[in-house]
Amino acid sequence: MNELISTDHLVKIYKLGDYEIHALRCIDLSIEKGAFVAIMGPSGSGKSTLMHILGCLDRPTKGNYFLEGKDISSLDRNSLAGIRNQKIGFVFQSFNLLSRTTALENVELPLLYNSGYSKEKTEKARKALSMVGLEGRENHYPNKLSGGQQQRVAIARALVNDPAIILADEPTGNLDSRTSVEVMEIFQSLNQKGITIILITHEKDIAAYAKRNITFRDGRIVRDEPVLAPKKATEELLSLPSEKIEEEK
Amino acid sequence: MRYLQILRVALKALGRNKMRSSLTMLGIIIGVAAVIAMLGIGQGAKRMVNAQIASLGENLLNVFPGSHTAGAFRGGAGTASSLTEEDVVAIRNNCSAIARISPVVRSGAQVVAGNLNWGTSIQGYSPDFTYIRSWPLSSGAFFTDQDIKGATKVCVLGQTVVDNLFPGEDPVGEIVRIRKLPFRVIGVLSQKGQNAFGQDQDDISVAPWTTVQKKLVGSTYINYIIASAVDRSQMDLAEKQITDLLRQRHRILPGQDDDFTVRSQLDIATAASSTSSIMTILLAAIASISLIVGGIGIMNIMLVSVTERTREIGIRMAVGARGKDILTQFLIESMVLSLIGGIVGILLGVLASKAISAVLRWPIFISILSIALSFFFSGFVGVFFGFYPARKASNLDPIEALRYE
Repeated sequence: MNELISTDHLVKIYKLGDYEIHALRCIDLSIEKGAFVAIMGPSGSGKSTLMHILGCLDRPTKGNYFLEGKDISSLDRNSLAGIRNQKIGFVFQSFNLLSRTTALENVELPLLYNSGYSKEKTEKARKALSMVGLEGRENHYPNKLSGGQQQRVAIARALVNDPAIILADEPTGNLDSRTSVEVMEIFQSLNQKGITIILITHEKDIAAYAKRNITFRDGRIVRDEPVLAPKKATEELLSLPSEKIEEEK
Repeated sequence: MRYLQILRVALKALGRNKMRSSLTMLGIIIGVAAVIAMLGIGQGAKRMVNAQIASLGENLLNVFPGSHTAGAFRGGAGTASSLTEEDVVAIRNNCSAIARISPVVRSGAQVVAGNLNWGTSIQGYSPDFTYIRSWPLSSGAFFTDQDIKGATKVCVLGQTVVDNLFPGEDPVGEIVRIRKLPFRVIGVLSQKGQNAFGQDQDDISVAPWTTVQKKLVGSTYINYIIASAVDRSQMDLAEKQITDLLRQRHRILPGQDDDFTVRSQLDIATAASSTSSIMTILLAAIASISLIVGGIGIMNIMLVSVTERTREIGIRMAVGARGKDILTQFLIESMVLSLIGGIVGILLGVLASKAISAVLRWPIFISILSIALSFFFSGFVGVFFGFYPARKASNLDPIEALRYE
């Protein structure tokens, strides 16, 4: 069995004064290596909470979370930081790049927190940038890049440490439809190279690029089904009017 | 995360807010400069006082007679005539801790040269005077033991006396008259200036003590004794030897008060230098208050910076920065602020001290120790006041930090 993530009766309860908010109620989930999962659901359904726990940013109230067979629900802050650094790459809706820091330096950021030689680090960061099609933009600052390009820098940053999973929280939420498809194309090609991708979205269109869709409601999984024929972003792009033509108009 | 890389990140972060960083540093700069200048002034004063005390003489001891009592009437210290030439000889022969000794016989008189005259203090000493008082001659020679034996009428004049009686001339070889007796001037004392109490030390004429005693005063007593201990560490022993010897010679029974007083230069020096040490500490303490205020400025700015950069901290944590990494980053930022401030402050403090010493003619001494001290103190201020903001940053919850707008 090639299980990467498995959760066992995962419960997360937030306390707000006297109220208890059950963000996650008993989640049993298993995701195998090489999967491309889209998690959907309305806001407040618990999908972001799940992502925080899967991304080792938060710990469950009850239940266990196994990553590569290792129970990490009880690890301390520092060990979780180490796992985030080595195993997990984040992509956020609002890109979360450091401003006034070049694309290359943004991509190098995760490498700052593990050991290694700085020359190798720069080389790794360059490679990650070229994987998302941004070679030549190494020294651009985020405010000089388009939204799609900024998100690609963020993806390169998520890639740079060769993570086991990329966790993307509404990565296309701030992008127009064409750029969204371009980003999905990058995710699909990364997935083909064997990287597990977990994507949170509430757009059905976007979820259709994944190989498996999970729907959340009120802290529970209400639907979990494979996508029989995922859309292919490369084909989709061909049918969309190209940017260049629009510019020429 | 390597320290060099953290340092680069810190420098970059500070470089982004140049105005803010330099204003924050200014607090430390002023604090350190004040500490350096105040320590300089304090230590300068201490050195000046010590130099003045040293100019009194080499490991100087003074032996004064006690008070003169006539019936119910008691004179002040030094009014009794209880010290004699024999006491001097006994001390010279028996006290191993005493290197040189001289009796002192003092008188005041008009000194006349040609048509000029000048009222001054006539003081009789032995030839050891120049050594004991560490007072060399500027010209001529001092009198010898032969002059003491023969009570010859020779004298050595202080510079003030020379200026008043022989303006613009070399008096050596000239004759002056003191109480109508002719004295040959054989030397001139080098200029010593004012003493710590503002008295002109150069208003003096020195003659063999025998001459002053027999020919000018006409008594068998001596006013007091000056002596030099063999070295600084022997001052206490010398004091004790003199006390024991004189008590025995003056037949003072145990329990009775001494009829003399031994005072060492060390006592005065210790008192004076402890006074100026207290002064220095006080000045430095006041100056370090401004350094502490500067530190609070750093803390304030670092807190603002942590709040402003909450999102950055969240991003760093999401990509794997541990609490320790964040703590180090912010600590290094505050240390860079305070250490650069410290270095600039030291330079400014040294310049300010030089300016003060030039304008106010106040001796200023800046020791390597005070520079090192203020450098480390400013570094300490950086760590101390940077720790709370850095800790606050490192304890942020990554999810909250990422959501922060």
